[in-house]
Amino acid sequence: MSFLTLGISLIFVLIPLILSKTLNLGLEKDTAVATIRSIIQLIAVGYVLQFVFDAEHMIYIILMVILMIAAATHNAQKKGASIKGIIWKLVLTFIVIEILTQAILIGFQITPPTAQYIIPISGMVIGNSMVLSILFLNRFTSEMEEKDKETELILSLGGTPKQAIHKPLISSIQASTIPTIESQKTIGLVQLPGMMSGQIIAGADPVQAVLFQLLILFLLLTTAVITSIMIGYLSYPTLFNERMQFLKERLTEKKNS
Amino acid sequence: MPNNFTAAIQFNEVNFYADGVHIIKDISGSFIKGKITTLVGPSGAGKSTLFRLCNGLISPTSGDIYINGEHILSYEPVNLRRNVGYALQDATMTAGSVRENLALPHTLNGKSLHADEAAELMELVGLEPSFLSKNAKDLSGGQRQKLSIARTLVNRPDILLLDEITSSLDRVSKQDIEELIQKINDQYKVTIIWITHNLEQAMTIGDYSWVLMNGELKENGKSGFLKNPINEDVLHFIRGEAE
Repeated sequence: MSFLTLGISLIFVLIPLILSKTLNLGLEKDTAVATIRSIIQLIAVGYVLQFVFDAEHMIYIILMVILMIAAATHNAQKKGASIKGIIWKLVLTFIVIEILTQAILIGFQITPPTAQYIIPISGMVIGNSMVLSILFLNRFTSEMEEKDKETELILSLGGTPKQAIHKPLISSIQASTIPTIESQKTIGLVQLPGMMSGQIIAGADPVQAVLFQLLILFLLLTTAVITSIMIGYLSYPTLFNERMQFLKERLTEKKNS
Repeated sequence: MPNNFTAAIQFNEVNFYADGVHIIKDISGSFIKGKITTLVGPSGAGKSTLFRLCNGLISPTSGDIYINGEHILSYEPVNLRRNVGYALQDATMTAGSVRENLALPHTLNGKSLHADEAAELMELVGLEPSFLSKNAKDLSGGQRQKLSIARTLVNRPDILLLDEITSSLDRVSKQDIEELIQKINDQYKVTIIWITHNLEQAMTIGDYSWVLMNGELKENGKSGFLKNPINEDVLHFIRGEAE
C-alpha cells in the first residue's frame, strides 16, 4: 500500500465529516483531530519501529517497553477511579505481566527474542492490562463505596480487612475479566480479530495468522486475570490502617479527564 | 490507668474530629460494668460515633479509652471487636441465609456454629429456629434487629453496644427487645450500652443514662436524673422530646 492509496482512503474520513456537517452532529472537530493525530502517531511509530528493528539492539526494545508502561500507567490512573498510591501499583503490575509473558514466550521458544515479536506482543499485553486496570479500579471503588456498611459490619464483628473486602474484590475481579473470557467464546464467529485480519491482508498464510491470533488470545487471558488480582491485592491494604479501620476517604473521586 | 476499676469502658478527655468537624468533645466518664446504660440525645449528637470509638472502628483524635481497665490500643483490633460487640443501627445483613448471617462471627474466626447454639440464640432473641433457612433479606425490620443482636452475641462479648435498635419497630417488637435486653443483661452478665430515642425506655430499662448533645456529655448518672435534669440544655431537650 502506498501513501497515494492511503490518501484516497481519506474518503472514509470525508464521509462522516460531510454527514456530521449536514446533520449538525457536531463531530467534525473531533473527527478531524482524531484523524490527524492517528496519522501522525502511527506514522511516527512506524518509523520508530523501523529504526528499532534495523538497530537490532536490546536497549531500544527495553526503551520501547518502558515507554508503553509509562503511557499505560498515565492513562489508567487518569481514566480509572483511583486510590491512594495507585501509580506504583500499576507500574508494578505492568512490569510483572510483561516479564511473565515474555519469559514464557521466549523461554519456551514460542516466539523469537527479536523486536519484531517483542514489541507488538508487549503492546497488546500492556494495552489489554491497561484497559483491565481501568475496568477493575472503577468497579472495585464503586463496590467498596456501595458496600461500605457490609465492610464495617465484618470489621465490627472481628473480621480482618482481607475478609471485609473479599466479596467486593472477587466480584470486581470477575466483572473485569468476564468481558475478555466472553469475547473469546464468540471470536471468529462474528468478526475476525484485527491482528489476524491484518496479517491475512498483508499476505500471510491464514493458518499461521490463526496460530498467532490464538497465542495472543491465550496471553490476554493470563493478562486479564493477573492484572485484576494484582491491582486488587496491592490496592486493598491502602484502604485500611494498622488498627484495621476502613479509610473510606482513600477511595478518591473518579476522575473524568 | 483509670481510677475506676468497675468501669467496662472509661473515657478520658476523648476528642474526635472528622473532616475538620469536632464530633466528640472532650468526653470523660465511665460505663459501669454489668449494668445497662442508656445513651440519649438529639440526632447528630455523636452517639454512634462514640460506639464506633468503643468498637475500634475509629480511633480518638486525642484522649484515652480503657476497656475493662486496659487501654484500647493494647487490644488486638480483632479481639477488641469480639469483646465489645456492636449491633449496628440498620442491622446490616450480608447476602445469604439467616443461618449464614448468624454464624458470620464464627465463620470469620474459622469456626462453625453448632446447630444447638444457633437454635439457643434464635430462641433467646425470640426468633423461630425454623427461620434459620430463610433468606436474611426476607426478614422484617424487627426480625433483622433481633438477628443482629443474636449475631453479635455469637462472639460472647463482655460489652454489648446497641445502636437505636428499636427506632423502626412497632410497639410490640419494642417491648420484646426491651425484655430481651434485660434478659441478656441478667443471664449473660453483659454490660449493655443502648442508644435510644425513647426517654421512657431510657429511664425504665437503663440503670444509668448519658445525655449527649452536640458532641458533649451534658449530664450522666442513675437514669432517674432524666426526670429532673440539672443541666439547662438537657432540660430543654427532655421537654422538647416530651412534647
